[in-house]
Amino acid sequence: MCCPFLLDFVPFRTKPTVPSTPLPAPVELQQLRLDDAQALLSRDGVLQTLDGQESATVYLQRVIDGLCELSLKDPLTGLSNRRHFHNMLDKTIDVVARSGDPALLLMLDIDYFKKVNDSYGHQSGDQVLRAVAQALAQCVRPMDTVARYGGEEFAVIMPDCQTAFGFSVAERIRQTMQDMSIMLSPGVEIRVTVSIGGAYAPEWVRSTAALWTERADALLYRAKNEGRNRVLLDSQQEIHVSAEEKNMLFGHLGLGDALWADSVGADNGADGTHSMRAN
Amino acid sequence: MSDAVNPAPTAAAAPSVPLKPLGKVLAVTSGKGGVGKTFVSANLAAALAKRGLRVLVLDADLGLANLDVVLNLYPKITLHDVFTGKAKIQDAIVKAPGGFSVLLAGSGMVEYSRLTPEVRDEFLRIMASLVPHYDLVLLDTGAGISDVVLFAVSLASEVMVVATPEPTSLTDAYATIKVLVTQQKRQTVRLVINQTARTGDGRAITVQLQQVLDRFVATEPGRPIKLVHMGDIPADPSVRQAIMRRQLLAQSMSGAPAALAIAQLAQRVQDTLVSRTA
Repeated sequence: MCCPFLLDFVPFRTKPTVPSTPLPAPVELQQLRLDDAQALLSRDGVLQTLDGQESATVYLQRVIDGLCELSLKDPLTGLSNRRHFHNMLDKTIDVVARSGDPALLLMLDIDYFKKVNDSYGHQSGDQVLRAVAQALAQCVRPMDTVARYGGEEFAVIMPDCQTAFGFSVAERIRQTMQDMSIMLSPGVEIRVTVSIGGAYAPEWVRSTAALWTERADALLYRAKNEGRNRVLLDSQQEIHVSAEEKNMLFGHLGLGDALWADSVGADNGADGTHSMRAN
Repeated sequence: MSDAVNPAPTAAAAPSVPLKPLGKVLAVTSGKGGVGKTFVSANLAAALAKRGLRVLVLDADLGLANLDVVLNLYPKITLHDVFTGKAKIQDAIVKAPGGFSVLLAGSGMVEYSRLTPEVRDEFLRIMASLVPHYDLVLLDTGAGISDVVLFAVSLASEVMVVATPEPTSLTDAYATIKVLVTQQKRQTVRLVINQTARTGDGRAITVQLQQVLDRFVATEPGRPIKLVHMGDIPADPSVRQAIMRRQLLAQSMSGAPAALAIAQLAQRVQDTLVSRTA
């Protein structure tokens, strides 16, 4: 979140040496039309009314933070919405490209959800969506992004998810849903299953968010076609260059061969050559 | 292991699945950017043209390559216009100063860097229509191992990795070769070492890379990976001069060590790739 004291630092910028930039006019809360924003926020319980103690700046920051939070959430389930999901997806791709730590994207869809709506009504459908959302969030780590992708489709972004564990996580989600009974009203309980498709953000590959979701989606649809209530993950592209490999790659070339190290060039000698010789 | 669950992704899901590679197409690629891939492509093409070959260089980086900058060519009609149906393929091909043909992507191609099946089909169709008209088509691919790069390389019958002796470049070249071998089932990967300090550097690096591959990359029995050292290009200040002037080496500095090395490389490429496939 943005620092609420940011405005307080403004005076520091107007040093005598700097050509005088006029100070921003102080905000008058009364002049702002915050009614809609306040109504929105208090309805969701995100914001209490103006506390007599706090400054206009702090209060305004709270309003903005609250609106930001609202704009990233799916109102029905409380999960991240599609907007937040896409932000996180882009961020995760950047991290994977830099760190090389694999990340897993799961796409889930509730099986035969239309039947739930048709047989029990849309309110029951909403109840099922909420129950699934809650169970899903409990199946994964706090650092994972759980989102409602749309309709009865959900998505989970799992950064730093080793390929060896991806399938067991997805399978745990599937099993949890299968075992869970959802009470629609006293005496009326139903069970739903989910189909899951998953794809890893390939290490070393600068992929796109669209391509990544497409891959996970394609596997979700295959899971549907192959009978539902199942998990399909794509195989991770193993392009990891281990320390051992690097060691072998440079060990011989560098050891006792000052000429080769020199040939790499003065510019790169500082980092590359040294670590190489340390091997 | 999750790997065992689903070994065969769908067509849309696996851009790296090898297509039918086209003959007489050489993809020039590199793990890392800035190792002289485009410089090698352009100057190699000129040297091959000088040997009397009909050569086309295709900007397969879909608008992010610097081929136009290296050649100082900014044609009005590009591959992008062919893709959008505004122009015919023959109108987009221009003659480069070195006597070879070039097909530039155009800046608009970036939007096609999302490889939908339609984009792939169109690209493949264009490539297939071009190949019969040339002795060799060089694909100047992007750096790294993006889906676009892997797709472009998958179209080529031969692939040549450009690397410099720097550890970072070698690591990335190694990672690229690993992908080409494991995902595209390539058996032969050709290697050019750029900016070498001494003769023999490139050969030593190739041997080293080969040993690491043999030790760490599992291959099917009877299908060993073969790294083929195609040549070295020595570090040479005239290369920088040529690039700054936006000229090919052969144009102004045909006697420079790097120019001679590229002429040698061209001979090697002709002998091993063109004569054989022709």
